[in-house]
Amino acid sequence: MTRSERFIDTFFKYDVMQQYWPDILKGLFVTCQIAVLVVVCGLALGLCLAILRSYRFRLVNLCIIVFIDLLRALPPLVLILILYFGLPNVGVSLSGYVVLWLVLTLVLAAFAEEIFWAGILSVPQGQWQAARSTGMSYFKTLIYVVLPQAIRMTIAPLTNRTIAITKNTALGMVIGVGELLNQATTAQSFAGNATPLMMATIAYLILFIPVVYAGRRIEQAYAWRKR
Amino acid sequence: MFPVQPLPILNVEDLHLHYGDMKALDGVTLEAKTGELTFLIGPSGSGKSSLLRCCNRLEDPSSGRILVDGEDITQRNINLNRIRRGIGMVFQSFNLYPHMTAKGNVTLALRKVLGKSRKEAEEIGLAQLERVGLVDRADHYPNQLSGGQQQRVAIARALALEPKIMLFDEPTSALDPELVGEVLKVMRQLKEDGMTMVVVSHEMRFAKSAADHVVFMAEGKIVEAGPPAQIFDAPRAERTRAFLQEAHH
Repeated sequence: MTRSERFIDTFFKYDVMQQYWPDILKGLFVTCQIAVLVVVCGLALGLCLAILRSYRFRLVNLCIIVFIDLLRALPPLVLILILYFGLPNVGVSLSGYVVLWLVLTLVLAAFAEEIFWAGILSVPQGQWQAARSTGMSYFKTLIYVVLPQAIRMTIAPLTNRTIAITKNTALGMVIGVGELLNQATTAQSFAGNATPLMMATIAYLILFIPVVYAGRRIEQAYAWRKR
Repeated sequence: MFPVQPLPILNVEDLHLHYGDMKALDGVTLEAKTGELTFLIGPSGSGKSSLLRCCNRLEDPSSGRILVDGEDITQRNINLNRIRRGIGMVFQSFNLYPHMTAKGNVTLALRKVLGKSRKEAEEIGLAQLERVGLVDRADHYPNQLSGGQQQRVAIARALALEPKIMLFDEPTSALDPELVGEVLKVMRQLKEDGMTMVVVSHEMRFAKSAADHVVFMAEGKIVEAGPPAQIFDAPRAERTRAFLQEAHH
């Protein structure tokens, strides 16, 4: 066997591909599902927390800051293991799917809150004053004047952070979630061949390259010329 | 026959504003009648802008009262959003919403505060843009407009709510000299339409020709007030004289 033949046999073996592509596809579907749920819930929760923080209730803000600092400091895998293996001992059993979703949502929310909050702070005071001087309430000013500007400024860091955290769906592997990487490693051990891992790699690229690209496009579309 | 006396629409009574030990306003009393243009002058830090910002409660005065059309707007539990609707404000730095067109800027409060339909709001908004001569720029974003045009849109935005009083906080200070005229022209037109205006500005020539009252402030107090002819041509206080001499050079 030549070297190139061995390479192809290890990573792109046709029989293995044929046998395991349904499993990989199933894993891709689960990964997609969790990813979408994490992005939607994480960004929404992060935005809500940033809005809440802008009201500057002392005690509430202290709680928010403690929450986001903890979640930003801890490796997501630690939280996943604690929730999955620890909680059943106190009578709360969550499925691996729910644990993965919950942890990644909270982590994304923590990072997103910080990014949204920085965006809100970066909108000049004059914008608030102008809107309030026309009789708009605090909340309406936030929704119609401040957030549209704040969010535009946050698209780039938000996209990066969202992709980084969504990729952590692969951590589901350690708690038995049937996501992409789990399917691939299972198939790899059955087949005794690395082809399923390569298939997963390609599936990840198919999933995330459009997201990276879309993020860049959105960023360009919303980057309105500065005065 | 007695001439009909215009009613006072703005009464400022013994207004104080403190930041810690700093007295931004130190007992200011002022009255403006309907349709009058009151012009505030004074060195920077004299409290002119603070006074203006108290008049729509962007600043909360420490003590004293402000009556707008007879209503005390310094009351604790007053609905600020309702009060502010009746008091238009124009800022030095325009503060247009950069993510909205001129039309969007002018109609936002009409739709979200007064609850008007988009169509109705646009009719009013376009009429106000017409008034400041910018109806053909309705679909332009602020960054596509010159400074003078932006300030005129900001004036239209304030006018759209049909305020009883318009407050101008150094409306031409951020403009290139050649753009000042178009904004002053709009303000003069407003005055002729009978709008009550309080203006903080350094445009002394405009004050001479358009103001009913000129108020000279220093260190949070009113030093001297009177018709423009008195303040500019025969100031009584030494401080006023010194300030005007500085301003002319």
